[in-house]
Amino acid sequence: MASLGRLGDDAKRAIKLVSVPFAYAVLLLALPLAAVLLFSFWTQDFLDIDRTFTLRNYQEALGEPIYRQLLVRSVLIAGSVTVVTVILAFPIAYFVSFHVAPSRKSLWLFLITIPFWTSYLIRVFLWKVILGYNGVLNTSLLGLGFIDEPLTFILYNANAVVITLAHAFAPFAILPIFVALEKIDHSLIEASRDLGESRVTTFLRVTLPLAMPGVVAAALIVFIPTIGDYVTPRLVGGPNGLMIANMIQTQFLRLNNAPLGAALAIVAMLCVTVIALLFIWLNRKWLRSQ
Amino acid sequence: MTDLIALEGLNKYYGDYHALRDIDLTIPQGQFFSLLGPSGCGKTTLLRTIAGFEAPSSGVLRIDGRDMKGVAANHRPTNMVFQSYAIFPHLSVAENVAFGLRKDPRSKEEKGRAVGEALEMVGLGGYGNRRAHALSGGQRQRVALARALILQPKVLLLDEPLSALDKKMREQMQVELIRLQRQVGITFILVTHDQEEALVMSDRIAVMFEGEIGQMDDPETLYRRPKSRRVAAFIGLMNFLDARVGGEVSERKTAAPERPTDDPMLTRFRRQIGLLPKAPKALPEYVSGIEVEVAGLGRAVLPKERVPEALRHTGCTVGIRPETLAVLFEGEQTTSRTVDGVVDEVVYYGDMTYYDVRIEGVEKPLTISMKNLIGRPVLEVGAKTRVAWDERSLVPLGH
Repeated sequence: MASLGRLGDDAKRAIKLVSVPFAYAVLLLALPLAAVLLFSFWTQDFLDIDRTFTLRNYQEALGEPIYRQLLVRSVLIAGSVTVVTVILAFPIAYFVSFHVAPSRKSLWLFLITIPFWTSYLIRVFLWKVILGYNGVLNTSLLGLGFIDEPLTFILYNANAVVITLAHAFAPFAILPIFVALEKIDHSLIEASRDLGESRVTTFLRVTLPLAMPGVVAAALIVFIPTIGDYVTPRLVGGPNGLMIANMIQTQFLRLNNAPLGAALAIVAMLCVTVIALLFIWLNRKWLRSQ
Repeated sequence: MTDLIALEGLNKYYGDYHALRDIDLTIPQGQFFSLLGPSGCGKTTLLRTIAGFEAPSSGVLRIDGRDMKGVAANHRPTNMVFQSYAIFPHLSVAENVAFGLRKDPRSKEEKGRAVGEALEMVGLGGYGNRRAHALSGGQRQRVALARALILQPKVLLLDEPLSALDKKMREQMQVELIRLQRQVGITFILVTHDQEEALVMSDRIAVMFEGEIGQMDDPETLYRRPKSRRVAAFIGLMNFLDARVGGEVSERKTAAPERPTDDPMLTRFRRQIGLLPKAPKALPEYVSGIEVEVAGLGRAVLPKERVPEALRHTGCTVGIRPETLAVLFEGEQTTSRTVDGVVDEVVYYGDMTYYDVRIEGVEKPLTISMKNLIGRPVLEVGAKTRVAWDERSLVPLGH
């Protein structure tokens, strides 16, 4: 405490303020992460853990085609979800920002969050009901005579995972894009019109570039959680819709191979980190230019 | 000069709110025209209607003889400098200026040269690569001007372009805008709530109140001969006195009182020896005009053309500009008519002093501005003084 005594009052107060969140971060973020990291260098020896340092798990995780295939599929599915979600979210955010009266905007945002009032699981099951072989969509289309036999490509595959996740993450994409659009000074849009640009070219030359930070943020917010999602692929993905997180779960709980599961988790995390850094770099680039 | 812009019976409603009321207006090519008025008077709405951002509810707007009904802002021969300047934050200064040149058939090099020239013209040569956020308010303003002028519009619309600048910068930009306008010869329409700015810059000013044009004249006429009380009150300082207007009279002019120092004998002697010119034959001078009885000051006869027909034989208001009255300092003489008063308030401005002088029969003290000439004292509150006035000071005002 002697050294603390020499610190100014401000410093003391700062330490006091910071210590609680710091302890929280260490306990809930750093420690579990460190545990996973540690596990990934150990090996499972039937019921015991062999604590000798080895890279064998990583060799297996990166070398086995099944793991690589799952990882690539996870990136592709998460990427598709991100693209679909952002493309569907943009018009909604645009509508609320530009065409809804200011006094109604918060009501609209509130309505957009309504799907969140039910549990995530229930929403996934509802999609099963909608997309199933005898589901709402198929019976409606059959009844209307658009199709002769039920569509099968909409459930128990990657498409179903993309549809379900895109719906689940829609508000997360709408909100950052909405905020970016809200920040756009409308006189900029008028200025573009005044300088001879049509509605469409104004959107492409002014509105979209200025909304880009929101789009990048939305993509990041959707991509990171979806790449590690395992409930949706488990429930609607079928055999071809499984993702890396399902394999991690299998390794930990079914195959009782926590070290390999940990190594897979670390590989997936590194993969997410690289892609996230790419997004952040993109966002920085947009932000710097403004 | 042909009329570049013609508005006929233009109306604009926002729901029940009548924002523009029967605006009739023509602006000739090359004029610096100002729309002046308090906030909420409709001047910006009118400007945005000309730009194509608002559609009039009724009436006709023609630019260069062409009806603008259904013509979108991007197809109008107008360009605008926005109040917030609206500089694109994701583009450099040069890219901002070149924004409207996308469809220009010229080559890239030629466009680049045009951008350089436009920046040069507004005094921003060499700033092309800067980002918008690295510019000061005045510089943004110049970028906005260059961006609009590079397209050589028929009309440049300026929406309170100077209101966000500090006083020094504003005065500098006023002069520069006038210079630019003379240089490019484009019709400018300026919206402002600053009467001084409008007086300094414009060839012609329309003063707007509650969606109507109160008066439209050149700056001098507007200042010296405002037609109504609200125009007079909005532009500059004005004293208002109640008055009764009578009918036409013709009477002998009241002789100016001889100066007490002028000894009649001495004057006659000087004339005889040729020191002074021979006195003109003293024919009785007659003045004819309208009789006006002004509260506190007394009776005056004003030339017929100065008193609008509608005001005759009624009670009305007479306006008097502070600089057309004078406070008489001790020992000063005047040939004007005078009235006794007591100094109520003194505001010293350096080059000028503003006195509020209370005179009998008028509730509100008269504001009088005096130049602080060498040797002229500044009176103190409570000092007794005389106020000199003249028939020419009086401006009869409608309502």
